[in-house]
Amino acid sequence: MTSQPFDDDRAGLAPALAEIRDDFLALEQPDRLQLLLEFSNELPELPERYRDHPDLLERVVECQSPVYIFVEVDDSNIVHLHATAPRESPTTRGFASILVQGLAGLSADEVLAVPDDYPQTIGLTQAVSPLRIRGMSALLGRTKRQVREKLVA
Amino acid sequence: MSIEVDPSSEFADYAHPESLVSTEWLQEHLGRPGLVVVESDEDVLLYETGHIPGAVKIDWHTDLNDQVQRDYVDGERFAELLSAKGIARDDTVVFYGDKNNWWAAYALWVFTLFGHPDVRLLDGGRDKWIAEGRDLTTEPTRREPVEYPIVERDDTIVRAFKDDVIAHLGKPLIDVRSPEEYSGERTEIPGYPTESALRAGHIPSAASVPWARAAAPDATFKRRPELETIYLGEAGLKPGDDVIAYCRIGERSSHTWFVLTHLLGFENVRNYDGSWTEWGSAVRVPIVTGSEPGKIPLR
Repeated sequence: MTSQPFDDDRAGLAPALAEIRDDFLALEQPDRLQLLLEFSNELPELPERYRDHPDLLERVVECQSPVYIFVEVDDSNIVHLHATAPRESPTTRGFASILVQGLAGLSADEVLAVPDDYPQTIGLTQAVSPLRIRGMSALLGRTKRQVREKLVA
Repeated sequence: MSIEVDPSSEFADYAHPESLVSTEWLQEHLGRPGLVVVESDEDVLLYETGHIPGAVKIDWHTDLNDQVQRDYVDGERFAELLSAKGIARDDTVVFYGDKNNWWAAYALWVFTLFGHPDVRLLDGGRDKWIAEGRDLTTEPTRREPVEYPIVERDDTIVRAFKDDVIAHLGKPLIDVRSPEEYSGERTEIPGYPTESALRAGHIPSAASVPWARAAAPDATFKRRPELETIYLGEAGLKPGDDVIAYCRIGERSSHTWFVLTHLLGFENVRNYDGSWTEWGSAVRVPIVTGSEPGKIPLR
């Protein structure tokens, strides 16, 4: 599952995402949950300007807990992912936080090049269960879709 | 060695008041030898953010389900799990969790498959404990491993398989999903689209009683007279009935199984854990759409 080495060049994996993946894979299963919890605690608050704009936020319905995302592409073509999920949903917060940190500073093209199966490669399928990991795949998929929409607009 | 039951008067009307404990009772009994508190949540990390002091975590998916076949762990694996968690066969186990004790009730039901003698639910679950400002800790719980015997799972008493449901048609079925899932407007509930089925609707003749009707706003169970109005009055169950409850994967129906068995005293209630994710994808099983229970097809 995750025991094979990854060819980052072929996969087009951004350095921050590769580092997060390697950090998880270096840990034993129970410690991976602790690292996910750290990510969960690091999810930044929504920027002030979006807090009163629920209309801008897209619900990721594939996640079992309420999680909302909003993607910006700035004038330099850099993607900014914002996400919010309740404290009672630490797993979902952790997934969102991994993507917020892993995608930080990437261009639109670089985000679109992130492999769709990234969530399955970071060594959490056993600790968290494959069913729950699908929530993270949905977060990534919706982020990419919003990026594509912003590029067209 | 069982711990004395919670004598709270609000439980006295239930058929099995010994199956519930209040938050006050649990607070007073924490740390008592012979008592193990188990947290089971939908969110696999929630326990790590803070749990009842001394509670151990059992995850419905990673601990209780077989990781390859769609089934529960076997007697050997269950014994390993409980041994490692420091739970002895004669311990009193009190379950609690998030989401109105969905997963706690599910874990309790799985323990019942293995015949663990003394299992109880914390009335109101994690939410009520927190709402009352009681202690939580992130301190990992360390219990000495114990020897838990290998007990074969008994799937004949409280568990139903698809063929059991087909043979049961004509006797009461309770569908505990949302009205939209029951009628067939959708195959999943919002937020759970990964647990889907190919067809939508319900098993013919099943009564629709969404699980949450048994719950009060503070996540406790409604008291017996209200439960009787719902299940005996509206759903038409009669004392002594054989009943099968189902949902999507058997977790919400564990909650209803607990209500019917422990609170209302039905002795033959089975949880169909294959539920809609199996029935709604199976070939040539009868399905009814719309808000009426519908008729059982002639065989």
